[in-house]
Amino acid sequence: MEYLKKYPKTFQWLFLLIVFFALCFAIDVPETYKFIRGQAEFVKDPNQSSYVFLGKEVRYYAFDVFWRLPPLLGWLPIWINDSLFFLMNEWMPIEVWNEDTQEFKSRPIVLQISRNLTAFMTFLIELIREILLGGLETIVAFTSWDWIDKNPWAELPGLPWTIVAAGAALLSYKLSGKGLALFAGLTMVYISMFGQWKPSMQTLSFILVAAPLSFIFGLGLGIAAFKSKRVEKALYPILLVMQTMPQYAVLVPALVLFGVGDHAAVIITMVVAIPPMILLTLLGLRAVPPEVIEAGRMSGCNNFQLMFKVLIPTARRDILIGVNQVIMVCFSMAVISAFIGAKGLGFNLLLALNQLNIGLALEAGLCISLIAILLDKMSLAWANKQTDYFGNLTFYQRNKNLLFFGVIFVVGIILAYIGTFLFKDTFNYLFEIPHNKGISTADFWNKGVDWIFETFFVYIKAFNTWLIQDVLQPMRALYLRMPAIATIVLVVGAGYLIGGLRSALVVCALTLFIAFSPWWDRALVTAYMATFGVVVSCIIGFTVGTLCFQNKHSANFMLGVCDIFQTFPSFVYLIPVMMLFGITDTSVLIAVIVYATIPATRYTIEGLRSVPAGLHDAATMSGVNKFQRLTKIEFPLAFPHMMLGINQTIVFALFMVIIGAFIGTEDLGQYILKALSDKKGAGIGLTLGICVAFIALIFDNLIRAYVQKRKKHLGID
Amino acid sequence: MSEPVIKCENVYKIFGANAQKMLQDSNGNVDAKVFQENGCIVGVNNASFEVAKGEMLVVMGLSGSGKSTLLRCISRLTDATGGKIFIEGQDLLQLNNKDLIDLRRNKMGMVFQSFALLPHKTVVENIAFPLQIKGIKTEDSINKAMDMVKLVGLEGRENYFPRELSGGQQQRVGIARSLAVEPDIWFLDEPFSALDPLIRKEMQDEFLRLQDKLQKTIMFITHDFDEALKLADRIAIMKDGIIEQLDTPANIVLNPATEYVRKFTEEVPREKVLLIKDVMDTSKDNLGDLKVSQNEIIENVAEKILTQEKIVAVVDNNNEIIGSINPTKIINTVFGGRKNNN
Repeated sequence: MEYLKKYPKTFQWLFLLIVFFALCFAIDVPETYKFIRGQAEFVKDPNQSSYVFLGKEVRYYAFDVFWRLPPLLGWLPIWINDSLFFLMNEWMPIEVWNEDTQEFKSRPIVLQISRNLTAFMTFLIELIREILLGGLETIVAFTSWDWIDKNPWAELPGLPWTIVAAGAALLSYKLSGKGLALFAGLTMVYISMFGQWKPSMQTLSFILVAAPLSFIFGLGLGIAAFKSKRVEKALYPILLVMQTMPQYAVLVPALVLFGVGDHAAVIITMVVAIPPMILLTLLGLRAVPPEVIEAGRMSGCNNFQLMFKVLIPTARRDILIGVNQVIMVCFSMAVISAFIGAKGLGFNLLLALNQLNIGLALEAGLCISLIAILLDKMSLAWANKQTDYFGNLTFYQRNKNLLFFGVIFVVGIILAYIGTFLFKDTFNYLFEIPHNKGISTADFWNKGVDWIFETFFVYIKAFNTWLIQDVLQPMRALYLRMPAIATIVLVVGAGYLIGGLRSALVVCALTLFIAFSPWWDRALVTAYMATFGVVVSCIIGFTVGTLCFQNKHSANFMLGVCDIFQTFPSFVYLIPVMMLFGITDTSVLIAVIVYATIPATRYTIEGLRSVPAGLHDAATMSGVNKFQRLTKIEFPLAFPHMMLGINQTIVFALFMVIIGAFIGTEDLGQYILKALSDKKGAGIGLTLGICVAFIALIFDNLIRAYVQKRKKHLGID
Repeated sequence: MSEPVIKCENVYKIFGANAQKMLQDSNGNVDAKVFQENGCIVGVNNASFEVAKGEMLVVMGLSGSGKSTLLRCISRLTDATGGKIFIEGQDLLQLNNKDLIDLRRNKMGMVFQSFALLPHKTVVENIAFPLQIKGIKTEDSINKAMDMVKLVGLEGRENYFPRELSGGQQQRVGIARSLAVEPDIWFLDEPFSALDPLIRKEMQDEFLRLQDKLQKTIMFITHDFDEALKLADRIAIMKDGIIEQLDTPANIVLNPATEYVRKFTEEVPREKVLLIKDVMDTSKDNLGDLKVSQNEIIENVAEKILTQEKIVAVVDNNNEIIGSINPTKIINTVFGGRKNNN
């Protein structure tokens, strides 16, 4: 009894676990139960039960309610699909003037809006693409094909790569200095030399449209949410779900709404990139000290000036992190949206991965990552740029960069012109090095992979077999062995013990949604993969973070490494693991672990850093040794922040697990991938996406509740 | 006397959902306790006072006494719940947004406790900020800002960022910024509270030098009674939103109105605060040879007076005798006064 009074929480947790395991043992696996492979839910089978709701028939294998809940939400994807179809094809037809046929045509309003939107996006992408690569569409858009026929001079060839490369270097120099200029120049030369110019520029044009638009919309909505509580309340739940929804899942509805191509990819990228931008804008604006706002007001700012001259510049740090996120998401999506027909590096990367040509994939992936880092650094430098009022510069000094660019422009064109004579019979390498005509190291890498594979085959194979047979399979079986009711009791109980009734209710609702969807089994598989990834990531991340923290330089170095790794599009992580482990669950899990270790490490270092220096000194003066200081002072105080890292780790891990479907897994991601090629996939994709988001949100809710309590307890905020 | 620059009549500031209604119901008798029970917090309770042109009013109070809230009502950073505020005869609470912005752009300057500099702007850009907001050309505003940089003694640091400056230097920037538009009214919200004691003293002297030159109408907020005594023409002492006493420093020290005020005055070294004119007699009999100016601080002339056998004559600025001071009076004031009050 004494212990019970002393550690009431411990006993509550024990009680919860006992109930959980009791339920697990009490409820037997039904004899008919088997893990359904393939899309059996939609195959007619005499053993299936079915019900009709809202006119939609849902078929499913019925089990004991305690074992698996019936898919009461099975109608939802079908209904979403039909609604979308109705919206796009029947709802509110309006009269539209058709240029080609010279007559009015009736079209549903949603379809019309989506067509106009895509036309606009296409125009923007084409415009940039044609400046970089040449083409006609933009000029035709303003004139006509006839006009082009009459004025063949207008057919511009696009910029030679030399000009773009030198221009990028010059811009970097102006923004930041020699270091960045060198990096920009080398990146561009690398891209060109390796024959990735065209796809790179295609990707770049896609990003130069998507990133600024996402930034503008994100900033605008962030400001709106800052100004009005009502907007914030309306946006918040959407933001939460969107932030945790795997990017794959958004592709499918977009496919239905906007069709296939770069324009759809831009729109979908915006949908994914805007939420973090909004959140970070809001966060930054909130953190502006009230006195700075008052100072702005007393300087006579009107509302507009206050926002754009005081609030936003002061909140710059957070907003810049938002920009960084936008760029990250854009590059990530540049690869993923290759699934819905976006051109560029992403398409090449997917193709190469599909052919298991690791060398080619590596080159394309490296290009994407290099451009991502370059843009990230450039945007950062731009935001930090200062004006010099006292230089008293001459006209030449003020405009030297522009003049210089003019010179480069002319020289580049002359070079390209000379190139036409030099390379008469082949491609003009001074204009553009065509795809697959540059240097390629693909063979080298492929041979290297083969060599590694042959040399270490035994070990890799042994490791692989051990991991799958002795760790993964049993773990997976354990997860699937959980009766639904036991899982719900465990999760809801944990919610109650950590965050009280409110938390319990939220968590319960989220879990029930997944349990009532037709994909509970798949969700369990997703959860098992994510759990494994998160646990290993956290162990590695905490260890590495703690070790690096011991020395200031290594800590800074590690944070820098995290920064760079975070800029890599998620797909790139699949390349090296496929090199080593081929197409297995191990590959996916290792990619998950590598990807999810980034936030775990970062937050560990940041958390340990946030421990006040005074406490550090106080501990030292009480005579602790290094290890005691770490365990008694630093870990307990840094723990809340590190928990937020776990939160991020979970989201990262889930994203990667879902992307891992590309390699071949049996979780929710696989279904999302299938939905992509399914005509009626939109509803399925969206519902699956929500399921994944909810898994993340369950943990998010629990962790946040815990952190808040803990922080209050420790008196830090 | 000309019209006061700042005039407050029964100003109230009450925070809370139904503050307006509760204030109306209370008929001007605001009891903080009753309000608090109903979920309202009283910030400023029935403040009435005037500030004349060129005068420096120091509002002194401990944290939570409502002094900053009062200042924010007068600068209309928050709207007062009740009462009237006149700035140069204009009813502040009736101004629309555009007129308010005009007023701030041309007539008001404010300095903040935490400096409130814009982190992304350099020293000179920060100072030029109010001018640029007004729409003045970049070149002119930068030139004007450079004058201000010189005024506060920050030459050579104009291209530094706030984060590269010490606290005292940052506050110099804050002061320069608030003066850039050449305002008539100058608000200072605990400008020196975040500074080290030595720097604080230096900044106070600097501030007095500036005020001597500029002759602004000033409302100065502080929680430091010594600072208030050193700077003020008049001091308003606030407690729980109520102005306990509003008077000249000498009168506050000599005649504290309430027990609360008296506690502050107890430890004050009077010889450093009081002037000869505050303690002189009006009789002009039996004067000795020595003459002292009525505006001298007692401390500076005490030795001279105390070594005299005779009564010392007090003269005004034109060297005409206007009264006298007995050496015993000095002794009584400095050492004896406190006992009488106890």
